[in-house]
Amino acid sequence: MTREVRLQIDERPVLAHEGTSLIEVARQMRIEIPCLCYNQRLEPQGGCRMCSVEVDDGSGRHLVVACGYPARDGLKVWTRSPEIDRVRRMLVELAAPLVARGGCVTGKLGRIAATYQARPEKFVPRSVKDPSGCTLCGLCVGTCCEVVAADAIGFVGRGVERHVVRFAAGGCDYPTCKQCLAVCFTGKIAMEADATVFPQASIDDFLERRGVKIHSIRSLRASTYGENS
Amino acid sequence: MLIQMLLDLQERFRWLPQELLVELSRQAGVPLARIYRIVTFYEAFSLAPKGRHVVRVCTGTACQVRGASLVVKVAEQLLEVAVGGATSDLEFSLETVNCVGCCSIAPVVLCNEVHHAKVTPAKVRELLDLYK
Amino acid sequence: MHTAAPAIELERRRDEIKQRLDTYRKRITVCTGTACQAYECLGVFAAIEEEIGAQGLESAVEVRKTGCHGFCERGTWVAVQPEDLCYQRVQPHDAAQIVAAATGNGVVESLLYADPVSKTKIPRGDDIPFYKHQQRTLLAPNRIIDPANLDHYLSIDGYRALAKALLCMTPEEVITEIGSAELRGRGGGGFPTAKKWRTARDAPAESKYVIVNCDEGDPGAYMDRSLMEGNPHAVLEGLLIGGYAVGASQGVVYVRWEYPLATRNIQIAIEQAAKAGLLGNDILGSGFDFHVEVHRGAGAFVSGEETAMIAAIEGKVGEPRLRYVYPAVRGLNGKPTVVNNVETWATVPAIVDRGAEWFRSIGTAASKGTKIFSLVGRLENTGLIEVPMGTTLRELVYEIGGGIPNRRKFKALQIGGPSGGMLGAEHLDTPVDFEALAEVGAMMGSGGIVVMDEGACVVSAVRDLVSFCRDECCGKCTPGREGLRILGGYFDDICGGRADESVIAAIEDVTHLMRVASLCALGVTAINPVVTSLRGFRGEYEAHIRQRRCPAKVCTELVEYHISQVKCDKYCTSCLSGCPTPGAIVGHKGVRKRIEQDKCIKCGVCEEVCPTRFSAVARFSGEPIPAAFRKGR
Repeated sequence: MTREVRLQIDERPVLAHEGTSLIEVARQMRIEIPCLCYNQRLEPQGGCRMCSVEVDDGSGRHLVVACGYPARDGLKVWTRSPEIDRVRRMLVELAAPLVARGGCVTGKLGRIAATYQARPEKFVPRSVKDPSGCTLCGLCVGTCCEVVAADAIGFVGRGVERHVVRFAAGGCDYPTCKQCLAVCFTGKIAMEADATVFPQASIDDFLERRGVKIHSIRSLRASTYGENS
Repeated sequence: MLIQMLLDLQERFRWLPQELLVELSRQAGVPLARIYRIVTFYEAFSLAPKGRHVVRVCTGTACQVRGASLVVKVAEQLLEVAVGGATSDLEFSLETVNCVGCCSIAPVVLCNEVHHAKVTPAKVRELLDLYK
Repeated sequence: MHTAAPAIELERRRDEIKQRLDTYRKRITVCTGTACQAYECLGVFAAIEEEIGAQGLESAVEVRKTGCHGFCERGTWVAVQPEDLCYQRVQPHDAAQIVAAATGNGVVESLLYADPVSKTKIPRGDDIPFYKHQQRTLLAPNRIIDPANLDHYLSIDGYRALAKALLCMTPEEVITEIGSAELRGRGGGGFPTAKKWRTARDAPAESKYVIVNCDEGDPGAYMDRSLMEGNPHAVLEGLLIGGYAVGASQGVVYVRWEYPLATRNIQIAIEQAAKAGLLGNDILGSGFDFHVEVHRGAGAFVSGEETAMIAAIEGKVGEPRLRYVYPAVRGLNGKPTVVNNVETWATVPAIVDRGAEWFRSIGTAASKGTKIFSLVGRLENTGLIEVPMGTTLRELVYEIGGGIPNRRKFKALQIGGPSGGMLGAEHLDTPVDFEALAEVGAMMGSGGIVVMDEGACVVSAVRDLVSFCRDECCGKCTPGREGLRILGGYFDDICGGRADESVIAAIEDVTHLMRVASLCALGVTAINPVVTSLRGFRGEYEAHIRQRRCPAKVCTELVEYHISQVKCDKYCTSCLSGCPTPGAIVGHKGVRKRIEQDKCIKCGVCEEVCPTRFSAVARFSGEPIPAAFRKGR
């Protein structure tokens, strides 16, 4: 039985179970902190950083992500401030090139953009050349692996090469399942879901884009290179 | 554990073809998605066959400051292959590596795990000739 | 249940080893660190061994392979004890002379280091300027012991600290001693080691872990490689003591994939220690059980971050995780875990053996002890050094490093790797001290120092560091991934002469976000080279942006190579044979050569091979090409 702790969010006192994430404590108080990659059923990733809030645990005010920061006794939390707003604005501007069509973002990201007066076109000309339509939030992957346990989709690559891909060998139960569709807020999955089982590229497409033309023994034999040593 | 197993397989077969990974997934009871996540994340794993000779140019800061990027240019030009690829006859693979910890003998080029010291752009040709 | 027998047996064994080793008249040690391997050190060792055998001197002269001696610029190094005679640039054919000199109590003059100014030969290792200004507490054994031989480590009093800790101190007392010594982590963070250990000790759990972080990924840094290759037992002993202090019975050594020799040597050390009863169950009869396994990295810089390393050991992909609850409380498999750097672990036995007061007597007020640095780049003497904290950067560059070669001028030094700062000459008097370096925007980091002269372009160097961080970031968080993607693009533009005035403000905006909102230290510290260089080298940035000019003539998109039609010798064909690009140099024997600009890949080979007496090739950037270099006259 975890003990109760006393903290403050936006100058309002609240009691919560020790260790509860700030995003959930805020929800108890009907304070909605914007988030992209957070979902109650999944392990918090802390990747999108949109739920950034400022806390002071006695050592000074600094930014943390509410989805992962645990409630502690005496904690002071602020969910809005000039710094927080600046961070949220910039996060939209940084993510926009991945999904923007004609310099615009729609849906959940669009609403956040409007609230924080983000300029989605700021980085679009120089950043990603061909928008994938995916912000790499990981909700689809998390749901498929942790909740449904089908492991039909997953992350591959590292850093700027990170992508979500589909594995034909996975246990995808489309169209019965469609849980990935439900969590996708950019509309990427929805757009192509009626045409194919899963709209992201397959692992073969990912490897091809990386310049790996031969990645199986079958393709090696089929090529003109002959046997490898 | 999984990473160690994949490293052993990589060392043994010098690349990780799709069929091998599918089989590993089956035997180890690990979802294929998880295996691909790991092999596409790390540098050690190659998903394409390697050349018989693997040339790795160190591009760490100390080597860069002594001209490593020029060494890469010359190697690409002489082998007619871009970094990350293998020559069409699968004799050579050209890669870069981020610091092998031999900074005093920069620029460093490894060929088949043998360290070559102070390989300036002009010395690349004779290095490659050693292996041709 | 303590029994004194195993510890007494260890001391008896130690005495026996020392007596046996004392019977040799001379000891020759050959550096076989990875860098010297590129200089045929194994051939040198084999030749010396053979010569000793041929002369029938096996019982009088001992020859050993050791780890890295540090002065890597002049490998292969061979040392002769007890005189501490040091020979540089040794080759296999020198073996006979070396052995003859050793038995005859002479020296091989030609192999001695010579002072660059006075030209006098310096026979003793510690008199050589490079070594003279160092304090080689941790690195000294590298010149003496064979890392694959436990007896050697025992002969220099190895594992005496372990026996003391297990049999004469309580875990609490060990932590207090480390705390008293004020040891701070050597991996970059500088976090007080005792505090971390105490947190783990106090966290309630049935099992705990201690981990050695040998994922040294900073380009330009190889301190951990040399320690792990040259003296793995010191690291192991430290880990054992730490495990005892914290209450962990399981250790993991995480070694990066790019260090196969270090991996092999620690594995050998573990086997040997286990056989000697220094690892396993009931160590030295103390009742303390401890087991170690080695986990190889697979090539990802970001996996050096504590939580990422823990994830990798758990079999998942090595990406950093949220760490509002510290790994010391909840880490590997959810248990309290202490992750420390190789150098930190290697320092522990010395503190336990010699006492906290000894350690505290070295260094500055807040940074105690010595620190190992890799001093590399454009410097006369490059290699691995160990100095007391508080030594200034100026001393490192000029007294130890010997200054800038080829009569060039110092321009900048990069300290702390991709998380560090780019510091100009105005900062040379900064002492190596955690806080002093942080104050100037740099970072001690793991200890890599790269020196640059006027021939290096700071903007290009920062671009390489930004690219490195971009290529190595895990991609999970938006500030890290997209921030680095965009920064990479900006630097490509600047170095390519495509940037406009607004780029610096844009860079500052993005770096601010990365500093405050990144998931892990990679994103946060990736901005350091950018921020420090913008502050200290603004003029260089402005030249690239406003004049499309690279003052150091490095950025290939802004540089052109031309051949002087005055200096070029008609009968020389060096550039033609050296050039890797068909058609890039036009001409033949009998005429002056000319570079075809659209074919030229700007690799610089022609400049390198053009004989010094002609020096006909020159580089130009953002300036008019002088008449002598233009086609025709």
